[in-house]
Amino acid sequence: MPSLLAARSQMGVSLAFHIVFAVIGIAMPLMMVVAERRWQVTGHAIYLDLAKRWSRGTAILFAVGAVSGTVLSFELGLLWPGFMRFAGAIIGMPFSLEGFAFFTEAIFLGVYLYGWDRISPRAHLLAGVAVAASGAASGIFVVIANAWMNAPAGFELVNGQAANVHPIAAMATSAAFPQALHMTLAAYAATGFAVAGIHAFLLLKDPGNAFHRRALEIALIVGAPAALLQPISGDLSARHLARHQPAKLAAAEALFSTQRGAPLSLAGWPDVRARKNRFAVEIPRGLSLLASHDPDAEVQGLDAVPVEDWPNVPAVHLSFQLMVALGSYLALVALWAGWLAWRRSDLAHNRWLMRALALATPFGFVAVEAGWMVTELGRQPWVIYGVLRTRDAVTPMPGLIVPFVTFTLLYCFLGVIVVWLLYRQIIRSPTIPEWRGFYMRGGGPR
Amino acid sequence: MTLPDLLAGVIFVALNAYALLGGADFGGGVWDLLALGPRKQRQRELIANAIGPVWEANHVWLILAVVLLFTCFPPAFARLGTLLHIPLSLVLIGIVLRGSAFTFWRYGGAGPEDVEQRHWGVMFAVASLITPLLLGTTIGAIASGALGQTGGGKGAGFFATYVAPWLNPFTLSVGVFALVAFAYLAAVYLTLEAPERDLRDDFRRRAMGSGVALLLVAALALLLSRRDAPLVRERLAFAPWALPLHVLTATAALVAFVALDRRRWRAARFAAAAQVSLILWGWALSQYPYVVPPDLAIADAAAPPVTLRLALGALTLGALVLFPSLFYLFRVFKARQPSSVVRHP
Repeated sequence: MPSLLAARSQMGVSLAFHIVFAVIGIAMPLMMVVAERRWQVTGHAIYLDLAKRWSRGTAILFAVGAVSGTVLSFELGLLWPGFMRFAGAIIGMPFSLEGFAFFTEAIFLGVYLYGWDRISPRAHLLAGVAVAASGAASGIFVVIANAWMNAPAGFELVNGQAANVHPIAAMATSAAFPQALHMTLAAYAATGFAVAGIHAFLLLKDPGNAFHRRALEIALIVGAPAALLQPISGDLSARHLARHQPAKLAAAEALFSTQRGAPLSLAGWPDVRARKNRFAVEIPRGLSLLASHDPDAEVQGLDAVPVEDWPNVPAVHLSFQLMVALGSYLALVALWAGWLAWRRSDLAHNRWLMRALALATPFGFVAVEAGWMVTELGRQPWVIYGVLRTRDAVTPMPGLIVPFVTFTLLYCFLGVIVVWLLYRQIIRSPTIPEWRGFYMRGGGPR
Repeated sequence: MTLPDLLAGVIFVALNAYALLGGADFGGGVWDLLALGPRKQRQRELIANAIGPVWEANHVWLILAVVLLFTCFPPAFARLGTLLHIPLSLVLIGIVLRGSAFTFWRYGGAGPEDVEQRHWGVMFAVASLITPLLLGTTIGAIASGALGQTGGGKGAGFFATYVAPWLNPFTLSVGVFALVAFAYLAAVYLTLEAPERDLRDDFRRRAMGSGVALLLVAALALLLSRRDAPLVRERLAFAPWALPLHVLTATAALVAFVALDRRRWRAARFAAAAQVSLILWGWALSQYPYVVPPDLAIADAAAPPVTLRLALGALTLGALVLFPSLFYLFRVFKARQPSSVVRHP
């Protein structure tokens, strides 16, 4: 295995592993806080039970996220010293800010998890709010750094070196807003639907269970609006790509030749040699309409860039299709659930909705992974788009396959353990019939 | 003092905080592994309850130091990442296993009393033992000046470039030193956190024992530095600041010892923290003005001034949020009540 491929694989595995925990760390605290607030307002003990159970799960997931995030911050130097030497001064800023946001998150998570009977209910709720807010902030800062790699700004290139560095301009890169918005919404949608899916699955067996009904409610409140907004934010991202990273959009859509009134191709298998997207369903003028909001607009194809600067077209295209398909499914289910809730119908007794939700459990996370494949693979062969090639950034150390295999095995091991532990937590979930849910008062906040 | 010096100082303050706080959490793991006698179970509970609420926040000091290093001194970060790839990867594996195993142990089972979960406790303890050892060897490699542009003139080849600089008697002695120092700090802090006298005395004995061990390892490291770390040794022996620093360090060590002897736990905690900090600052001063001796100076490795000024601004803003939050965290969990009454959610 060549060094570059090993380094990219290790970074890819580390990111793919970490992103799951990062996403949960953003959205799960919000759900805990909503549950705790409802307990304080209504006095129903179920909500307190929910907040405590969710916080137990969050404790495990946050810890794994914190340590795998540490690995990533070191891996920037262990695998990509060339990138850090060039970019550290330009884009270190959002990482430093992320450091502080993450610090705040870790401090208040400690207060939240261990402070139930040490601080006032109000202070405890506020600690939860601080965790939720700083979790979202730290995610946004990291995505801003990534956005800069896609649309570099805030420096001039003089003899291959960065000059006139301006870190604030680098953070204000045009990709920052669409990417940060898309990722933050994705975090709420993926986590909300994963939790909703688990409780929907359990409600299929026991639709009257008050515990699962309340959990489903809160999970949908967090996940459904985000899933509904996500197509709009996706549109923003696609239009940004059309302007700033045409090669990535062309690869995502498997559009080989530049054309006016470009069609939108669904599915298909891109044949790079023949420069054709085989077996695709084409919607005439669809891509022009999406990319520029004009059915006759010109969209740049892959022929606009030299072949050696093409990303891996089939991988980017398939990841993109997968992300869009799963995201659309979540948005439709969110719409359905929202419609039923507006009609005041009983969601938990609608078996088809519960089945649709249970099926969606992994979809948000698969969409998140696929979306990152589009962003990262679509940027190749550049690590900083148009500025620094990935192969020029990699460490000179030989034998990179050894750390790649080691970290992959480590993460597989941790992944299996985490799934097993969470499964045990869920298995221990209480069986509370609906009638008890209404009359069992928890005494309310002290 | 120049702007790069100031930021290098700030990064070192973050590392110092990591050693005093995160280091003590590793030390706690060491004492978990070495838990002995009739109070074995209670010792482990005390350690876990002391670490539980704070270890993640303590861990972030390291992340802060790393992100500030690559923002303010990118070439230094790039070189350390390249030449110390192997030990830093091993440190990371240790950090991952320590953190996850601790959480699996405390949150994975039915409760902290779930005996089935104890194997995670063992993994937590073993990772707590190995990580400081490797972290210490990387510090030793930096201090010894073996991470020069060309691998420190130790020759070419994989072993000479990527292994020899951090795997030699001197760096290993620094590794052991870090391990013993962390264990010492943990034992001193735990005397303060233990709710009962017999537990306090357990850790008092451990604190005094590891304090003596620390002295012996320091002497060994100094002896080995003759051959392997001439630059640092020269400065530690003959620089004008050397004597006052050694006198201060010795005083702190003595105060810690006397305070432990007289059961003045708060004074002991303060003196032990001062002692370890002074040793760290001795290292920093002895390799000044280099970030990576023998050839990468702070001024040469520094990012453009605009980046440094912004980083300083971010630090100031961040500190305004961070310090009140940290104060609150430690006041809630470390002030009045002994930690053993912390209940698990």
